Amino acid sequence: MASCSFEDVLAKAERDEAEKLKGITVSKELDLEFDPGNLLAFDKNRIDTREFKDCKREDFLRSLARDNTQLLVNEIWKLPTERVEEVLVAKLPDPTTLLPREKPAPKPKPPTKWEQFAKLKGIQKKKKTNLVWDEVHKEWRRRWGYKRAKDDTKEWLIEVPENADPSEHQFNKRNKAKKERVARNEYNRLKNIARAQKIKVPGMGLAPTPRQSKAELAQAVNVAKISTASVGKFQDNLPKEKTPKNTGKKRKFQPLIGDFSSEKQKQLDLLKVMDSKKPRLDVTKAVNKQMREEDMESRHKNKKDFGKKGRRGKMSGKGKAGGKGPKGKGRKPQMKQGKR
Amino acid sequence: DTKTSGSTLKKAKTRRSKRFLQSREPKLTEGQKSSMIIRGGNSSETVSQALKDVYALKKPNAVLYKRKNMVRPFDDSTALEFFSKKSDCSLFLFGSHNKKRPNNLIFGRMFDFHVLDMFELGIERFVSLRDVKTDTCPEGTKPLLVFAGELFETDREHQRLRNLLTDFFCGPRVSAVRLAGLEHVLHFTALEGKIYMRSYKVLLKKSGCRTPRIQLQDMGPSFDFVMRRNHMASDDLYKTAHRQPRGVKPKKKKNISHDAFGTRLGRLHMQKQDLDKLQTRKMKGLRKRRGEQTAETAAAAAKAPRTDE
Repeated sequence: MASCSFEDVLAKAERDEAEKLKGITVSKELDLEFDPGNLLAFDKNRIDTREFKDCKREDFLRSLARDNTQLLVNEIWKLPTERVEEVLVAKLPDPTTLLPREKPAPKPKPPTKWEQFAKLKGIQKKKKTNLVWDEVHKEWRRRWGYKRAKDDTKEWLIEVPENADPSEHQFNKRNKAKKERVARNEYNRLKNIARAQKIKVPGMGLAPTPRQSKAELAQAVNVAKISTASVGKFQDNLPKEKTPKNTGKKRKFQPLIGDFSSEKQKQLDLLKVMDSKKPRLDVTKAVNKQMREEDMESRHKNKKDFGKKGRRGKMSGKGKAGGKGPKGKGRKPQMKQGKR
Repeated sequence: DTKTSGSTLKKAKTRRSKRFLQSREPKLTEGQKSSMIIRGGNSSETVSQALKDVYALKKPNAVLYKRKNMVRPFDDSTALEFFSKKSDCSLFLFGSHNKKRPNNLIFGRMFDFHVLDMFELGIERFVSLRDVKTDTCPEGTKPLLVFAGELFETDREHQRLRNLLTDFFCGPRVSAVRLAGLEHVLHFTALEGKIYMRSYKVLLKKSGCRTPRIQLQDMGPSFDFVMRRNHMASDDLYKTAHRQPRGVKPKKKKNISHDAFGTRLGRLHMQKQDLDKLQTRKMKGLRKRRGEQTAETAAAAAKAPRTDE
């Protein structure tokens, strides 16, 4: 009891531990950098090129790989583990190597017109059932879409209402109303998209309506007034009518004798443009032209047979002017369709 | 759920096509990147076999275009970008062979369907999967990646190449991994402008303690690459590609720290307190009376440590 001292016991325990870990310890000059989230290890140590050339290359690489993998596995075994369905699983942390994304991050879509209104009024979305009981056909049908429950265009009998025109075709009336609803929906969807992407879309202007309201008539009068050559500047007004605001032409010419310095500057700039070797290129126009040409060509190509494809020249004559526009459309890509 | 084709905005007509389009939209956290493996205008036996082997490694998130494609990625990358858009792949491997650049492989990646980085590597020596007659690990196992060589740290091009190879071979992002399933390791060594890629099967042997001892068995394709041309993205494009959306980063809670024992510690900030006017328990007997003030102050000073808790 007295013969084995405290230090001896400790030393023996340490030796035992070292024995156990002998199998898995690897000594390296510099520690490796680990990224367990990606199962990645990076060894910064210098590789002895002499050793590489002397011994067989494969053996050297294999032993180096074995050492590095051992260190990586040691690192992974240190992670917290749990048992998932009788299998031992190690929980990986987040990866530390920064890898670039595939596509840019999605921008949150701005709410549509209806969503803005619903938020304002506090209207919640109500969850609806998929199928609705159709009394006429005595079966469950979907709420909307193909073969829906209440489809008023599919009725075989329509009573003509009392105040309706007897020569009016009631079935056609319902079909036309449906077409108008579809068109209006599509129009609103496109307007929502344009609003989301902040694309300016010209307004609808005056839609043809059988009976116009007071506001529509006033708008029609204003439009008629400014549709003259001098944009409504010389149109007479009715006694109490106000002149519309956007009259008069928008172009303004410089006076004959005005600011001499600005005139001089303008002339010098003009001379500089004429003198420069580079042609003045309106990039948008050039790219649009190029795109239109390519569309035309692809349309013709579809009509001709495939055999003739290779023989036609790929470069369009105006391709050089387009050059590398903003979309980088230089040469036309060879493989628009087909062979892979 | 709108697909833009030319200048018209079409809506998806079936639920299936809608799901397809949604899978191609940019997402907050991205899934695994797919890769396209393309055969170039003229390719040798080595290159064809090499492409097939990498395809086997990267299945099922890869598409192999076996027929000849007359594309020159370094001159005109629009064809590659078109392919990438059609197949929704952001990684590519282009193999070709000509007299000037024999057995050429171009590893590349895209950001927003435009080329981000491209590295041209020439194959000097190649051992295919077929020639190594050992059993391979199942398809789709996440490989262990090891990079060795100080060149990967010091040289800028090698750094980018390391990032690209990690991206190419890393596999899906997982939150947990089965310890017995770590079977495949890819080892890249950079030495004197050459890159040696080896692929081994990991055998976990018993060791004295919990962590197993590793033994490696030769498996799979092995390449000896030599660095040729490259096209690296400019710094700001590279930075843009790394930009993460707001929702992804978890907001770090401030003022929480853990000490060595694992206890949670935080810091409280107090205003300055006048210790004379501290509100303590009222002891009626200790209240100062007018006549006994001098004696009381001495007694109060003695009793103060006991009353102040």
